[in-house]
Amino acid sequence: MLEIKNLTKKFGTKTVIDDLSMTVKDNEIMAIVGPSGAGKTTLLRCITGLEHVNSGEFFWNGTKFDPAETDQKNTIIGVVFQDYQLFPNLTVMGNITLAPTLVKKEPLSKVTTDARELLKRLGLEGKESLYPYQLSGGQKQRVAIVRALAMSPKILCYDEPTSALDPALRDEVAEIILSLKKQEMTQIVVTHDMDFAQNVADEIKRVEQID
Amino acid sequence: MIQYIEQILPALLSGTKMTLSIFFWTLIVSIPLGALVGMGLISKFKPLVWLLNLYVWLMRGTPLLLQLIFVFYGLPILGIIFERYDAAIFAFILNYTAYFGEIFRGGFQSVPRGQFESARVLRLSYGQTIRKIIIPQVFKIVLPSIGNEVINLVKDSSLVYVIGLGDLLRAGNVATARDVTLIPLILVGIIYLALTAVCTIVLKIIEKRSNVWQ
Repeated sequence: MLEIKNLTKKFGTKTVIDDLSMTVKDNEIMAIVGPSGAGKTTLLRCITGLEHVNSGEFFWNGTKFDPAETDQKNTIIGVVFQDYQLFPNLTVMGNITLAPTLVKKEPLSKVTTDARELLKRLGLEGKESLYPYQLSGGQKQRVAIVRALAMSPKILCYDEPTSALDPALRDEVAEIILSLKKQEMTQIVVTHDMDFAQNVADEIKRVEQID
Repeated sequence: MIQYIEQILPALLSGTKMTLSIFFWTLIVSIPLGALVGMGLISKFKPLVWLLNLYVWLMRGTPLLLQLIFVFYGLPILGIIFERYDAAIFAFILNYTAYFGEIFRGGFQSVPRGQFESARVLRLSYGQTIRKIIIPQVFKIVLPSIGNEVINLVKDSSLVYVIGLGDLLRAGNVATARDVTLIPLILVGIIYLALTAVCTIVLKIIEKRSNVWQ
């Protein structure tokens, strides 16, 4: 269970997130929705440690942690970016195995076997040795999901997972998110797409712009 | 004529050796140094950025010829004495590092921020990110500009003759002055063309290889 208590984030004098508290339960999907400019992505960036918070605390199963701490061994949060941010200089397999081998020091053979399993599950069999530019948008996103999963995070976060995809692929992402839920993955989805949020989420958190 | 060419060729080839030696040492040292300078130029530590900007401005803003003369004939006045060859290498490295530094700065800046963030959420260290993600991308971005400088360096190396080093150009010039014939200068031109042709081909091959990803 992830708990966020009294989170406040300011850019200069502008308050973007004001005293926000929320709880994400295990194996649930939390959707964070709201109009653009409301601070959804900023909230996600705070949770993923890409922004330092002005105040507030994060707890994982009751233990306090700092998402911005870079050298923690056990990854709690995994991220799938809006524009995926795959590494263009590495193959699909290279993208997935890089962090587990370098950061967790897992043997390459084990990481590769696990990666193949995950790729197969997401319909990416046979794409191992392709480079990101050779993939479609939907395939890139699935590789980004596998890459994040390969670090065995406790929670997987998505930033606007549907914004760059055409409507048919939207349902596909929803299916993937729901299938990961069956495998007991806790997930946070930031989206402006209310229909999508209602489709996948167990709980919806609305954020509004602060004036 | 063939006989004359055979006669002066050893001198020209020995000059070519000097030209190549300056060429290689300058590249081997100033490309990595340039990468460091490039990283320094985008550092958040402002005094370092100012210092490096001053250095780049000095090196790019004054003639390489002046820098060579300064190092070899000027510095001894301050008690700093270089051998001819060392003076040449020193001046070339200082000069080319500045150019490479600017090229690398541009390269580092054109890698999207998201790549750093993506590496960060995967918990890669800064060093791992630079080595595995950023450097390969920067390398690909800067390759054409570096190639330009490499070709320039082949020809710039002829400037060392002002401090009395026996490079290719000097060898040809000496022969022409002695024997009153154009042949040595034409040969010198041909050898420079051959050297730059080799560089061009090697660069093309490297560029082609780096095109496996985009």
